[in-house]
Amino acid sequence: MSFLQHDVPLTWYLLLSAALFSLGVVGFLIKRNLITVFLSIELMLNAVNLSFVAFAYQWHEVKGQIFVFFVMMVAAAEAAVGLAIIIAVFRVRATLAVDRIDLMKL
Amino acid sequence: MHLILFFLFAGFCLAGAINLLLQTHPINSALSLIVVMTSLAVLYLLLGAEFLAIAQIIVYAGAVMVLFTFVVMLLNAGREERTLGSRAAGRVGFPAVVVVLAVLATIILRTQGLASAHLGVGLSNDPNGSNLVILSQVLFHELLLPFELTSVLILIAILGAVAIARREGSEGTAEK
Repeated sequence: MSFLQHDVPLTWYLLLSAALFSLGVVGFLIKRNLITVFLSIELMLNAVNLSFVAFAYQWHEVKGQIFVFFVMMVAAAEAAVGLAIIIAVFRVRATLAVDRIDLMKL
Repeated sequence: MHLILFFLFAGFCLAGAINLLLQTHPINSALSLIVVMTSLAVLYLLLGAEFLAIAQIIVYAGAVMVLFTFVVMLLNAGREERTLGSRAAGRVGFPAVVVVLAVLATIILRTQGLASAHLGVGLSNDPNGSNLVILSQVLFHELLLPFELTSVLILIAILGAVAIARREGSEGTAEK
């Protein structure tokens, strides 16, 4: 593992994280499919995880990695419940376009 | 070497994320998100987080994305249609996102001492060592209660998902 010398600045990881987060926000805004909007949310969560891990590495702090672990677990639970809601909505509305799903009432 | 790997997989990440936006079929978007997550796992490995890299592949690229692709196939989701509702999001949203990205980049580039803040004592960045021991000590000693609570959370989420996605018993399906 000796080739893993650290010579990438923390700033680049943070910039990559910011770019991924912004792409996730753009996807959340412009995509019209319910599943793709949900995928954009997952992309934003991953971008934030990357900055957590980068800070944990830079500051020698284990709590950053612990936090990412908990974010992953909560994101898995969120994905399960969210996809169940999508299935329930699709069963009633027979569409996945977010413009047609504008009522909380089924 | 680290630099080359960083650029390679950061490029994969950005390409996958942009491809997610450009594709119109949900299954293509889901597959490009898998590319993003796997590249992020390699970046975690570069940052000395071996456990998180494997967990990223197993939990995210494995379990969560299998769930997504399964739902896409189950619902037989076709390509998305362009509707009028996206105009406002395009006009107001794009400049807002560009401004947010610019502000974030400026803050990141301007902030001094990001790399030299007070150092914790937990992790060692020795390239030959492993952080698994210290990670598991903190996770299973100090944070044992939150760890067990996440298992309860997952259990509740599974029960909730089954209850929501169940076919009969709701008024909405009775109308059909």
